[in-house]
Amino acid sequence: MEKKNNLRAWLYLAPLLILMAVFTFYPLINAFIVSSYKGYLPLSGTADEIDFFYNFGVILKNPLFKKAVINTFIIAGVSVPVSILLSLLIAVSLKSIPKLKGFFQTIYFLPYVTNTIAIGMAFAFMFHEDYGVINLILGWFGISPVNWLGGTASYAAQMIALLILTIWNGLAFKILVFTSGLENIDKQYYDAAKIDSASKWTVFKRITVPLLSPLILYISITSVIGALKAYNSVVGLFGDVKLGAQNNSMITIVAFVYQYKDGYTDKGYISYAAAASIILFFITAVISILQTVVSKKRVHY
Amino acid sequence: MADIYVSNVKAYKAKKIASNVLLYAFLVIVALTILLPFYWMILSSLKSTVQIEQVPPILLMAPSDWKITNYTDLFVLVQSGQRAGEPLFPFFTYMKNTVVVSIITTIGTTITTVLAAFAFARLNFKGRDILFAILLGTMMVPGEIFILTNFVTVYRLGWYSISNQTYLDVLLAMTIPFMTSVFYIFYLRQTFKQIPNELYYAAKVDGTTDFKYLLKVMIPIALPTIITIIILNSMGAWSAYIWPALISCKDEYRLVSNGLRGAFTDTSTGRTDYGQQMAASVLVTLPLLILFFAFRKQIMRGVSRSGIKG
Repeated sequence: MEKKNNLRAWLYLAPLLILMAVFTFYPLINAFIVSSYKGYLPLSGTADEIDFFYNFGVILKNPLFKKAVINTFIIAGVSVPVSILLSLLIAVSLKSIPKLKGFFQTIYFLPYVTNTIAIGMAFAFMFHEDYGVINLILGWFGISPVNWLGGTASYAAQMIALLILTIWNGLAFKILVFTSGLENIDKQYYDAAKIDSASKWTVFKRITVPLLSPLILYISITSVIGALKAYNSVVGLFGDVKLGAQNNSMITIVAFVYQYKDGYTDKGYISYAAAASIILFFITAVISILQTVVSKKRVHY
Repeated sequence: MADIYVSNVKAYKAKKIASNVLLYAFLVIVALTILLPFYWMILSSLKSTVQIEQVPPILLMAPSDWKITNYTDLFVLVQSGQRAGEPLFPFFTYMKNTVVVSIITTIGTTITTVLAAFAFARLNFKGRDILFAILLGTMMVPGEIFILTNFVTVYRLGWYSISNQTYLDVLLAMTIPFMTSVFYIFYLRQTFKQIPNELYYAAKVDGTTDFKYLLKVMIPIALPTIITIIILNSMGAWSAYIWPALISCKDEYRLVSNGLRGAFTDTSTGRTDYGQQMAASVLVTLPLLILFFAFRKQIMRGVSRSGIKG
């Protein structure tokens, strides 16, 4: 029906494709190439030899990388399910108060429009052992002050603080998306449930969750990808040098990659960073595929 | 019989009230939890050094007790050291940089996005679907994988130089790599596709060129989507942290996020001035909140659609 206008189409795509070729596709391919170099100097472009496994071996043997992987997995494993459940609950609750919905929705959206570093610093001060509001509130319930982020803070305490910040930060987007998702569910289903006088829990389990399942899957995949890249929240809480109450105690995979940023003139550093970021890429890809496959049986389209 | 009926109704009503109370209590507690960090940040920024280190902390303060010294202190010029003569927290410099970077990036992104979305939505060319799939695939790749290679690229382009980096170099390095967004192309393409084909054929019969059709018909129709893209994109520079920190060789070239961390800890004593730290956080948070309340509807609609359409 329409003739192909190849040349003209490529002209429209040219600005995008030129920029992406230089800043997306080249670095992607380059990361794989560089990860196979031993003793690579990026500024002169020379390397000692090609060894596909050398850099990966160095990274995987590094105890700091193990720590980064464990921390990242805890962040993703806890913050994603908790924030999804919570935001679903909030979205469903909002549905039953149509008048005040807009007001609450606006409040709940605020974390989305903040600077992660600035709000992370506010959290750091909230969790201050002596001057912070968190220990003050805990005190009302008879809980003695916790050392959340101080130099001798326990691993659990600092992780809980980091998780609370991460969940707080991630709720906004999920609540908004789930509320709009709920608006799109046909009212008929709920009317039918009403006639059968189904309980709220049954309605939630049998109607809301199944009909929202494609959206829940999409949100859980994007949230896991986001959580695996956790970095700014750690910097906000602890600063980009310390990365934890003790040095590197809350280091994440991305933070691990970035620690090589000042060593671009040093031999081999960029290759370590490339190898670590490729591992992150594979973890992300495998988890996304697993999520899709596992939930395929449960998602109703 | 009637008694049982009445008591049933009563029980039902009581149950309903109880569940409503529970519902509102839940929503209010969540709202307070969301607001607490903002409240704590603002309150702390208005406290004096003595008040901020009071144990137990002060939770309420009458407006007459509020002090703005933390804010004015941020602009006091540093007396000695490397940064002598500069304000303690050069907020306006960082702010200016952030706004400039945000505007340039947004203009660039909007242009590449509109042109590419038009090609994918309207034009028929060989390899279109494969190319689109490849582009969507790049969205799965964590951006961290690009950053160090891009740093070397920027270095080779001459935009990074410790000794003589100019403001133009920094602007190029901070904006050019970020002028593309596959996600926005995907989003705008959906909107473009909803414009009926008949309009295009009619315009073609009249001898209108593709570019004129895009300019005069498609862009005006898709304007709400494009405005949403512009707003969402311009917010990005506010959270950018690692890249601007990596490529700016001088303090005065940095963006707001970079200046925040560590600026208020005395390196010799290790003491942190929490009041100043919170005041600076408020200053950095405020512009985004103002932008949000000015464009609340567009921002929330845009973000919610970005979830639905995915």
